[in-house]
Amino acid sequence: MEKIRQDFKNSQATIPLIAVFIALVIGAIVMLIGGYDPIAAYESLVLKIFGSPYDIGETVRAIIPLILSGFAVAVASKAGIFNIGVDGQIIMGAVSSLLVGTLIDLPPVIHGIVAIIVGVIAGGLWGVLIASLKTKFGINEVISSIMLNYIALYLSHMLIKSFAAQEGTARSSLIKESASVSFPSLNDLFSGVRIHWGFIIIPFVIFGFYYFFEKTRWGYETKTVGLNPDAANYSGMKVNGILIRTMFISGALGGLIGALDTLGVYGYVAIVSSTSGVGFDGVAVALLGGNSTLGTTLAGILIGALDYGSQGMQFGAGVPSEIIGIVISLIIFFVAAPGIVKALLPKKKALKKEVK
Amino acid sequence: MTANIISGSLIFAAALLFGGLGGMLSERAGVINLGIEGFMISGAFFSALGAYYAESAGMGGLSPFIGLLAAFIFTTIFSGMHALATLKYKANHVISGVVINLLAANVTFFLVKLLFDGSAETPRLKNMFLKISIPVLSDIPIIGKALFNSYPTTYIAFAAVLLIGFVFFKTSLGLRLRGVGENPGSIDTAGINVMKIKFWAVMMSGSIASLGGATIVLTTNGNFSFNTIAGQGYIAIAAVILGRWNPYGVLAGALLFGFAQSIKDQIQILDFASSIPTEVFYMLPYLVTLLALIFTGRKTRGPKALGIHYDASVR
Repeated sequence: MEKIRQDFKNSQATIPLIAVFIALVIGAIVMLIGGYDPIAAYESLVLKIFGSPYDIGETVRAIIPLILSGFAVAVASKAGIFNIGVDGQIIMGAVSSLLVGTLIDLPPVIHGIVAIIVGVIAGGLWGVLIASLKTKFGINEVISSIMLNYIALYLSHMLIKSFAAQEGTARSSLIKESASVSFPSLNDLFSGVRIHWGFIIIPFVIFGFYYFFEKTRWGYETKTVGLNPDAANYSGMKVNGILIRTMFISGALGGLIGALDTLGVYGYVAIVSSTSGVGFDGVAVALLGGNSTLGTTLAGILIGALDYGSQGMQFGAGVPSEIIGIVISLIIFFVAAPGIVKALLPKKKALKKEVK
Repeated sequence: MTANIISGSLIFAAALLFGGLGGMLSERAGVINLGIEGFMISGAFFSALGAYYAESAGMGGLSPFIGLLAAFIFTTIFSGMHALATLKYKANHVISGVVINLLAANVTFFLVKLLFDGSAETPRLKNMFLKISIPVLSDIPIIGKALFNSYPTTYIAFAAVLLIGFVFFKTSLGLRLRGVGENPGSIDTAGINVMKIKFWAVMMSGSIASLGGATIVLTTNGNFSFNTIAGQGYIAIAAVILGRWNPYGVLAGALLFGFAQSIKDQIQILDFASSIPTEVFYMLPYLVTLLALIFTGRKTRGPKALGIHYDASVR
């Protein structure tokens, strides 16, 4: 027992796990104060996640963008860049693949592949923009990220209205059948679950992240720049080039999110007044997962499931879904300031006394 | 038209000015504060709430002032969170700031739905701030109407620049505050409590920024919803960088962005503007922010100890 306790204490997962637990408890307390029933709320959350084959499929569908977004943030943070511009990169990926999917005629499968690649490149270039503003002009990436998120949002409205408008609706026209990256027969089998190529792509991304940082020179360089740019520069690495390369990869992952959602899930891009926030959730995922392959994947699964399940809370227990946003923010907060978690835990001495 | 653009610029600039002055205060004390957006959201929410309940209690024209006060008090408490996380628990300043923003957005939308039967916005206020004309000065053609016929919050914002400028550069408190952000070790050696000054600066940073959010609600918007602030906190931080962490510089930055925002509303009326997509005007404030940073970026330098956790044992 003592050994388990020691192992748990020394594990990297301890702080994140406790952080998740405390955040959920605080969420429950907030619900109690608000006059809601937290047990019913969490019950309907879990039910929404696992309730039926359809829900399980849709939960997995919702997890994919969160894992990708987590990796997008993680790649950048390995190089010491805090990319909160994933939302903008998602938008650029979504609108670019939409345009390829609506305006161009290509045979099936090839059309989808081309549309995804264009979306990925568009997201990547939007990421490069952040990196070059940082390396060329010394602009803090957080500020430029936010500005570029809004610029991407309005740019996408402009592009949709000019090239893929659908009269009388707040969304673009639908992509051509040939550009779809979903599995229609499989989706019918699971009562309309929106399964798409992302299910096949995601294992490669996860493995690719691991391989890149553990086995390749590029990955090694990226980590070195993140740890100490001066040392990297001194040892002959081209720091600026590495930052730009890394932000292309980070943005490309964001672009992939947008492309998959457009081509595989919705078939259109909606004209909405704010960004999706998936990029901000990616910050939570990467931080919770400690930027590691396994950690980020697991954190993506958790946050993605919470996000999807939160829709059930509104329906099942009448609790506004923002409560999950509060829980997620608190998780980041506690992981970022582990001292708070330690302060909230019972002191060791007190524990010993109890045992006696 | 010209008068409208100038007076519109001042109104938008006032909100950004509060946000910028708040951000500057914290950063001059060495604590990065990306939570300005969150503090402005908090200010907007509590001002809408305070003013609404004051209105319901029959306070009429007094209610916007109650709203302003509510924003100030509750956001001061909220900013204690950023102070505790960064100063006591040594959290990464940037991440703590982003959490402040996420938390502010989610908590306020949750509360709006909770308090107003699932509605996505607070009820529209009947009593907002009224423009006050300064006698004589406001009679000057064009400029008078533009500069001296504005909301009380605009005058407060401009007074705050002068007051903070005075405290910063002319008092010993200001000297200590600036010292904490540049060289905390020497301030500590002089027997002054570094942490206390930093804590005070971060708390005040949130309270001042909250007035920016309140300004938007109590003068132009009239209620609070999820896109009341929409990135203006980040624009305010850009104004800080642009203004090189100097109150008068922040004023110049806020005026520039205020102008970009104001032009968005005014230029659309013009004939030639009808051929330009409206989205271009919506992008304008963000584009101007980026361009302004591009043209000044390399030359700016923040306080030396910005973002570094102060540890008395390694000074």
